[in-house]
Amino acid sequence: MFTSRRSYSQDEKLHKSIPAKPTWHDVDRSTLSKRGVVDDATVELLERLSLVNFNNQAGVKTLMDAVALADTLQVVDTTGVVPMDSVLEDRDLNLRDDIITDGNCKEDVMRNAALTFEDYFVAPPGNIPLETKPASRYRDPDEEDQDKR
Amino acid sequence: MAARNVMKGKTGDWLAVIGLEIHAQIASHSKLFSGSKVKFMAPPNQLVSFFDAALPGTLPVLNKYCVEASILTALALSCKINKKSLFDRKHYFYADMPAGYQITQQRKPIASNGHLLFNVYDDVKREKPRRHRVNIKQIQLEQDSGKSLHDEEKQQTLVDLNRAGVGLMELVTEPDMSNGKEAAAFVQELQTILERIGTCNGKMAEGALRVDANISVNKPGEPHGVRTEVKNINSVRFVKNAIEYEIRRQIDVLESGGTVVMETRSLDDTGCTIPMRDKEDVLDYRFMPEPNLPPLVLYDDTTINSTICQEKAINVDTLRRRMPELPEDQRQRLTEDYGITYSNAVKLVNEEGLADLFEQLCTASSRKETKRLINWCLIDILKCLHQRNLTVKQSPIPVEKLSDIFSSLQSGEISAKSAQKLLELLFDGDSRSVSEIMDVENLRQITSEEEVLKFCTKAVNEEPDLVEVYQSRNKKVINKLMGIVQMKSKGRIEPQLAKRIMEELLERRRRR
Repeated sequence: MFTSRRSYSQDEKLHKSIPAKPTWHDVDRSTLSKRGVVDDATVELLERLSLVNFNNQAGVKTLMDAVALADTLQVVDTTGVVPMDSVLEDRDLNLRDDIITDGNCKEDVMRNAALTFEDYFVAPPGNIPLETKPASRYRDPDEEDQDKR
Repeated sequence: MAARNVMKGKTGDWLAVIGLEIHAQIASHSKLFSGSKVKFMAPPNQLVSFFDAALPGTLPVLNKYCVEASILTALALSCKINKKSLFDRKHYFYADMPAGYQITQQRKPIASNGHLLFNVYDDVKREKPRRHRVNIKQIQLEQDSGKSLHDEEKQQTLVDLNRAGVGLMELVTEPDMSNGKEAAAFVQELQTILERIGTCNGKMAEGALRVDANISVNKPGEPHGVRTEVKNINSVRFVKNAIEYEIRRQIDVLESGGTVVMETRSLDDTGCTIPMRDKEDVLDYRFMPEPNLPPLVLYDDTTINSTICQEKAINVDTLRRRMPELPEDQRQRLTEDYGITYSNAVKLVNEEGLADLFEQLCTASSRKETKRLINWCLIDILKCLHQRNLTVKQSPIPVEKLSDIFSSLQSGEISAKSAQKLLELLFDGDSRSVSEIMDVENLRQITSEEEVLKFCTKAVNEEPDLVEVYQSRNKKVINKLMGIVQMKSKGRIEPQLAKRIMEELLERRRRR
């Protein structure tokens, strides 16, 4: 037996922060002054900076959609509002006393390392220039031909 | 424009502009965000916690002493302390930084807008140095990275994370220096200050103080040129040499029609700067606020009561009151209080602990004797210390014994040579009292005129020929007679006294 979907009668009061009617409205994108562009150069730069590949076209599209969504934030009026960068900003930063409470666990720390040598971690030589792979590999070749026609 | 700043090139005059970025390792017991030990030499990866190794599930917790150290340093450099500062992540990939980012303070550092006034000795011969001021742009707290050992042969890098996470104070100066000498003098004074306030041991050779120099040249009247960054400078002397080399190199490049490339260069063993291995040309650090650390809030006397947790809160004014006497203040005070020259004050303050020793000895003896005492400290004592590679703090002689030696020297009880001997014996570990050594080693001066006369008489009786020469022709042979007296008395007669007695004796003999 299912419980019927609750519907609010006029008698039940909602919390004052919840609007009585939906205030959602679509943003007219033509009114936005700035629009984030995800072009080939951006894709290549992001892959190089993060050392993470998009993998496929869907990955790139997800980023494009996310950027488009972020663009709509521009309609929000933030005049006089100090930016918040942490929900912890009203807390006191916890400070530790300067005493030695850690370390001395070399075996544990190195246990997951793929390669070690005489108690050192072994890594490939530093600063190997990264070969940039072209962003065009994410585009559907058929689509491209269509555009050209 | 001061003439000292102008460098002569083939095509005309040049000016150089230098700014420094200095990383000072905080002399704390544990790391900036974890409880691992901080120690210069230790077996690889011994001082590494899970947080330092960036293992998932670990969080940073800020070390209170590191914050206090930065505040003390900032106060010593007359900076404005930012009561609210923020932490950020600076992302880049390198094997010795396992997290892939460094926690630093990019948006709002802990301190800004300070300055340092210091002495520059342009001309070695001139007694009075020139005062120069360098403004400090900011001081920020950040993490150190681990150490990489590059093995070219095996094409691999060995990584030791002992240093990863150690607290650093990054000091950024304005480009207020014009030559290598000024930059070196700045670093030297900074070292002295940091050692004095105890926030960093300043040992460049150990990597506790790392200096990166930003250098550019331009013709007078023209805007600043392209600048290069020089790294891997590990002594004060190399600060001067590296900068002078780089200035010359840039002038040569520009005068032969080339352009200076904006790059990072490294100082090699021969004192030349060479381009460092290519880093990525696009250096986007993707700065973002560190989400695990709320803002660092500092208090002062007026606001300390507003915080709930007063024991944990840091009061800037309390630290200000705790500040020890800074080197320059000490130099001025020594010249005023003890009447010594400024250059002697500089020498005293330069050797850690020597100024304190001098003051203690001054208090023990009469204040009028400072002239002799300053020389004794700067020459005799310092020589003994340096010969045995000891610092003043490591001196085996308690102050009381040094005081005894000096007062015996002052009163004429012993000669300068005997005092020297006493110092040597005590420095080498002799634990007897000063008085005992003076007795046993027969170091006391012979002051009784009767005794002196006995020695003079002996010498005169042994050398009738010399006496003859003295009486008839040449008064200078008295020195030979004096030599015999000193030898017989083992140097225990004060030369002037011996000479007087000898002259009187010879005069009496002549009259006979």
